[in-house]
Amino acid sequence: MTVELLWWEGCPSTERALQAVREALSELGLSDVEVHTREIETDDDAREAGFVGSPTILIDGEDLVPAASQETIGLSCRVYRRRDGRVSPIPDPDDLREALERASRRAEVKR
Amino acid sequence: MTIAIGAEAPDFQLPDTSGGSWSASDSGAPATVVVFTCNHCPYALAWHDRIAQVARDYSERGVRVLAINSNDAERYPRDSFDAMKDRVAREDWPMPYLHDGTQEVARAYDAKVTPDVFVLDAERRLRYRGAPDSEYDDPDAGAAWLRDALDAVLSGGEPARPETKPVGCSIKWKR
Repeated sequence: MTVELLWWEGCPSTERALQAVREALSELGLSDVEVHTREIETDDDAREAGFVGSPTILIDGEDLVPAASQETIGLSCRVYRRRDGRVSPIPDPDDLREALERASRRAEVKR
Repeated sequence: MTIAIGAEAPDFQLPDTSGGSWSASDSGAPATVVVFTCNHCPYALAWHDRIAQVARDYSERGVRVLAINSNDAERYPRDSFDAMKDRVAREDWPMPYLHDGTQEVARAYDAKVTPDVFVLDAERRLRYRGAPDSEYDDPDAGAAWLRDALDAVLSGGEPARPETKPVGCSIKWKR
């Protein structure tokens, strides 16, 4: 399983997002999974990565929360929705944990 | 240049989404809250309801809350003047939403992020600058820092915490 966090310096949410990913991995007994980070610095970087906002978390190359149609590629902070409907700059911890769990199961099946 | 606490804040004249025009001065208000915000930032959105509630709760005491969007709409179309008008039409806004299309007001206030909150007294002196409260992710925080500052100004005192670090998305400057 690969986990990559794409970030842009214009958003202060990177550290909290990283912490959330590591906590979720720890809860799932997957602390050995390395979280890679990649800075998106320019509009060209954003276009190349299909980056719709910071942070974007890719699990096995797939966006944890698939981008909605109205989200545009570019350097901005990403708007997530918590399960209770609140707006948040980082994903809901339950969404994160479940996505990691699914990826972990897929990885086990492949072995 | 950053405005010092106690210094006079710049005046401005900006259009709102309803065809009106607003200034930082000449209101007779005992306090004015100027908050730089926008449509697309999760921090601004997370804090929006708390700031709106401050506008409602303090309106009877004559406090004005002026929300200003200064972001570059060319690169961030969700912050265009039309998008601002659409949003106000959809939502219940107890405060005017002003368009700073030239970004001159954001530069004059040295606004950094959305939201960035400035509390001015009746003489337009800056009495508080920073975040609405300590935690965007806790609705119960209730914009307590902003409320504390307003309560101090309205009672003729000094805010106990005149400056905090504004937290949010960087202002999207034109290139």
